[in-house]
Amino acid sequence: MRQLGTFWRAFRRNGTGMLGLFLLVVSVVLAVGAPWLSPHGPTDTMRDPVTNRVLLFAPPTVHGPLGTDDAGRDIWTLLTYGARISLSIGFLAGVLSIAVGSTVGIVAGYFGGWVDNALMRVTDVLLVIPDIPLILILIAAFRQLDLGVSPLVLLVMVIGLLYWSSTARLIRAQVLSLKERQFVQRALAVGAGHWHIINRHILPQVMPLIVANTVLVMSTAILVESGLSFLGLGDTTQPSWGTMINFAFSRNAVSNGAWWYYLPPGLAIVWVTLGCTLVGNVLEEMLNPRLTRHHLEGEAELPRQAGRGTAPTELLAALTGRSRNGEDSGDTR
Amino acid sequence: MTRTDVILRKFALAAVTIAVVVLLNFILFRVLPGDPVRAVIGRGVRISAETQAALRVQFGLDKPVFPDQFIDTLGQWAQGNLGVSWSQRRPVAEVLVAKLGNTLLLITAGQLLSIILGVGLGLLAGWRRKTALDVGALTFSLITWATPTFWLGIILLVAGSAWLGLPTAGSRDPGNVGKPMLEVLPDIAEHLILPTLTFTLVYLGQYMLIMRSSVLEVLSEDYILTAKAKGLTVWQTLTRHALKNALLPVVTLIALNLGFTVAGAIYIETVFSYDGLGRLFQEALNRQDYPLLQGAFLLLAVAVVGSNLLADLIYAYLDPRVKTT
Repeated sequence: MRQLGTFWRAFRRNGTGMLGLFLLVVSVVLAVGAPWLSPHGPTDTMRDPVTNRVLLFAPPTVHGPLGTDDAGRDIWTLLTYGARISLSIGFLAGVLSIAVGSTVGIVAGYFGGWVDNALMRVTDVLLVIPDIPLILILIAAFRQLDLGVSPLVLLVMVIGLLYWSSTARLIRAQVLSLKERQFVQRALAVGAGHWHIINRHILPQVMPLIVANTVLVMSTAILVESGLSFLGLGDTTQPSWGTMINFAFSRNAVSNGAWWYYLPPGLAIVWVTLGCTLVGNVLEEMLNPRLTRHHLEGEAELPRQAGRGTAPTELLAALTGRSRNGEDSGDTR
Repeated sequence: MTRTDVILRKFALAAVTIAVVVLLNFILFRVLPGDPVRAVIGRGVRISAETQAALRVQFGLDKPVFPDQFIDTLGQWAQGNLGVSWSQRRPVAEVLVAKLGNTLLLITAGQLLSIILGVGLGLLAGWRRKTALDVGALTFSLITWATPTFWLGIILLVAGSAWLGLPTAGSRDPGNVGKPMLEVLPDIAEHLILPTLTFTLVYLGQYMLIMRSSVLEVLSEDYILTAKAKGLTVWQTLTRHALKNALLPVVTLIALNLGFTVAGAIYIETVFSYDGLGRLFQEALNRQDYPLLQGAFLLLAVAVVGSNLLADLIYAYLDPRVKTT
């Protein structure tokens, strides 16, 4: 608990981290408070109080605060309920992918040898196959099987089970160095089992890294979910932000000039992704020991971390004026 | 590890990946209820049970799935025979080839622009570290990273058509379809502007970031100090010594990005109704045209794996740390 307090004090001093946290808190409030933030339900149609005609594509000036969509539904209400779907898919898929990635990373790093080799080759293969086409084809196959799985569960599974390679690499590298430390060697010497060592010695040490990475992976998951939903793979009865943009686009919001339909959900996605990225970067900077001595690491590995799968870590250091050599980020270690 | 080892490993990885893709494609093809007989004659056509059975024998569908059908399918794919598209009633390979050019054009233009701009801006940002330019460039890349590609496309589509009068759909004007390419070049270019701009904005930030951090990394090396001591200006040091070394990670990023490039093409082509492979993929998905979906996936995956291998080879050749034997 005291550690947590110290950590919070360090985090609070970080302006970008706090900005990210603010963005995240607002979106969580939006999601949790959906039923109370608007007098309407997500499927209600808005009508003109005088003529009783359904308000189609009504601009914010006619129906506040964000106007209506092509079926006369309130966009503010849709936005708050959409937050629930987008955030929960992002969260669940993020957690699933971290669970898989951490397990693979720990097992590969701890056991080494052929296990490590096999797992890392799987990671390599997964990194090379184009991700979105693979997901699309998998979802198409699953839908056709007709297992009665909800599209949202399918999205969580597919995203969670495919986006773990960067986490696995990160955790593996950390475990590799932990394994050589004295406390692990001593535990081995006195006859501790593998399970015990992983559980008691390795896991607590990599946990901070796992937590930091979870937030970053969530931002990827939210982005990927929005894209797949835009392509029509979401649940049309429970529209996420991506599905909203899909509706807006396919139902001619653009040609009707209904900017209030397609702008808000997109801004919301940027808002949340930005929040996750900022918080995740600060956490990673505070908790990842590897970032403090990047010069000694293999340079060839560095850009692997910077693809669209992972957030740009370098950013924060630069934006906050901190160097990656960790001049003043060491309080938590 | 010697250079030969590295190259052999890269080839092995590419081979394994292709094998995985092919296997996955075959398994999914069997999972999907796509009866190849139906695929050829069309879903609505009624035929007698005997004819159907005869056709099954003719197509080899009476044989066991593994190994007979698998080997047969492999042989077909190797010859470029990817089956017949359900929605278009044409061979899948033919449909794919017809769309390939447009997508290649879009991806090449987008990647080239984002690499050139990204490398240039990254160099400037690293050089002028912690100035307004640097912070601005970083903020820009952070925001573009967080922006969904398709949404950015929609915004640019609206802005570009309203303020600049640019075309918003297709790869050329309806009247120009089928005319020889040279005659309609200006039209093609005009249709390329907005999709290419979207592409560039999406990928620019990453190249800038990687370039910036490798410039910073290179600038802290000893030989840069030597160059400074020699009396070179910072800019001369950057262009003569830092640029070449800092470009290495960019090559890796280009390779890594190829997979994401395909995703970008799917989103951008969908938004701009651009007549390419990405939109074809999305349409095949919506129309449940499985042979087309499978063929497109196979083509995209093989293309990405191949280009990745190429980039890896270039890297092994460029990086002096990968030693020659």
